[in-house]
Amino acid sequence: MAMNSSGRPTTPGTATTGTAATFTGNRALDHEEALIFESGALSKTGVDLPEPKQHKSRLGGLERSGDIGLPGLTEPETLRHYVRLSRKNYAIDSGLYPLGSCTMKHNARLNEKMARLPGFGDIHPLQPQSTVQGALQLMEILAGYLLELTGMHSIAMSPKAGAHGELCGMLAIKAAHEAKGAQRSVVLVPESAHGTNPATAAFMGYTVKTIPARDDGTVSVDAVKSALGPDVAAIMLTNPNTCGLFEPEVVAIAAAVHAAGAYFYCDGANFNAIVGKVRPGDLGIDAMHINLHKTFSTPHGGGGPGSGPVVLSKALSPFAPLPYVVKDKAAYRLIETATAATGTHPFGRLTAFHGQMGMYVRALTYMLSHGSDGMRQASEDAVLNANYIRVGLRDIFSQPFGDQACMHEVLFDDAWLKDTGVTTLDFAKAMIDEGYHPMTMYFPLVVHGAMLIEPTESESKQSLDLFIATLRTLAMAAKDGDVERFKQAPQFAPRRRLDETKAAREPRLTWKASTEHKEAAE
Amino acid sequence: MAIKFTRDHEWVSVDGDIATVGITSHAQSALGDVVFVEVPEIGRMLKQKDAAAVVESVKAASEVYAPISGEVVAANADLAGTPALVNEDAEGKAWFFKLKIANKAQLDGLMDKAAYDAFVKESA
Repeated sequence: MAMNSSGRPTTPGTATTGTAATFTGNRALDHEEALIFESGALSKTGVDLPEPKQHKSRLGGLERSGDIGLPGLTEPETLRHYVRLSRKNYAIDSGLYPLGSCTMKHNARLNEKMARLPGFGDIHPLQPQSTVQGALQLMEILAGYLLELTGMHSIAMSPKAGAHGELCGMLAIKAAHEAKGAQRSVVLVPESAHGTNPATAAFMGYTVKTIPARDDGTVSVDAVKSALGPDVAAIMLTNPNTCGLFEPEVVAIAAAVHAAGAYFYCDGANFNAIVGKVRPGDLGIDAMHINLHKTFSTPHGGGGPGSGPVVLSKALSPFAPLPYVVKDKAAYRLIETATAATGTHPFGRLTAFHGQMGMYVRALTYMLSHGSDGMRQASEDAVLNANYIRVGLRDIFSQPFGDQACMHEVLFDDAWLKDTGVTTLDFAKAMIDEGYHPMTMYFPLVVHGAMLIEPTESESKQSLDLFIATLRTLAMAAKDGDVERFKQAPQFAPRRRLDETKAAREPRLTWKASTEHKEAAE
Repeated sequence: MAIKFTRDHEWVSVDGDIATVGITSHAQSALGDVVFVEVPEIGRMLKQKDAAAVVESVKAASEVYAPISGEVVAANADLAGTPALVNEDAEGKAWFFKLKIANKAQLDGLMDKAAYDAFVKESA
């Protein structure tokens, strides 16, 4: 078998090793699903459309001459195709989803019920504002609660997710510098920041300057001070950081950044650790996005869409983007143009409409169903659960920054796997065989072979105990030299290990019909 | 002249006033299978520690920094089509770019082979 430099096979195997092959290729309820183009045929259709009446073409000779190439399937075939695919998927609705810095928490069904109320679910962004007063009121209430929880001054609701929110906050910072006539070209980003932070800064044309992490995984105010200067526009810091640690010098860092005439962007991806405990505004933060799809339990990944409102400090508020909701006497209305925005200087707008209405409804439902005490307890439980896993594994797994309490996620490195022949990747693949989605791995980059586990508050003690017992069992197998179990994993998934190297080096991004398929279609 | 090394795992080999730069064998082994390389444009002026090139593996994307200041006079065109070369021959055929050295004194601040090996061992 051909192996790549990591000792992995370069051709994907099938999952049938060691078991008798079936005639269909299916394994009981696990169907071997063809691509929809392969299972469709031009002779089939889900709906009967009448032949178009005679009409005069106005396309000037640009009419399509051949078949459009879409697969023809009946309705039950289409339905079965997508249901079967969905059954191969792993979701928070099917099990523990410990991806670090992703906050894969339970999406309560009450959220879904509320989002489907016709007054929220069946409206259109171009409807007259007088007919959507309830929806505008909901946006205003949610905005108010987010400001209350963060202790900030104003909010941009429209960003569509975390990285979009980063762009929004950084555009506000850029506008603030430009209003002062300042030319600043550098953005400071600690090593422990989210990968999207340097990407956002670079996308906007800033030069990214990296701040190294200390031995304890946090950022020191001295390191920030020595990097600050008249050319620095902002710092982008994630707090709690991606090592799962709260930055102890964050207030001093904010003061130093402000003293140098720069602004403080905080990545709020890990806000779930501190809701109701710490208000980012009190820490001196100027802009922070809030992932409604993480902290406030709206769907995340695969289903989405994300939603990333950005809270702004008083200094950045005049530059907040359009649109936003205001209340005049008894009516709510959207401010949609710069001329309507009296007394402020919006930097522009980020979306065609007003943001993710369905996510606003779900997030507000989460807030109202939990209450302020419930949201605080959710954060406390998220931190407690992460520490429960940390303590449950610490005698086997290695903690890169010593035995200290973590926030909502616990970080291990691969020092404990040294000389076992098993890598972080192998370990993660073995977790798939045990029925778990792996944790975040090889991130953050400051740690070798990182394993970043975030259980969230959604998991019961029973669920955490089973997870810990599974990881301990796998760890003992690795230590006992059962390397094959890891190198062969996953053995029970629909596909064995894929050739990531070949996929990245020779990507094939479009499906092309095989000769056989083409002939069948003709 | 002998090869010099940086703490960011670049090697630099000097021939007259031209310096050839690549990433170390240790760096490619830590990165794993390299899947993408971006080299700098010829004519670009680089200051020491400027981000000069990008190397991406199945595990991570990293920047390659200019070990010393200078003007880019050549870039290895083979790497774009054959990133695997970095895994096969990091300190040979898989050189990234060549610089016309601006300040030879900067070379004195870099490590020799023995010092780099000790540095790698220490940080392992």
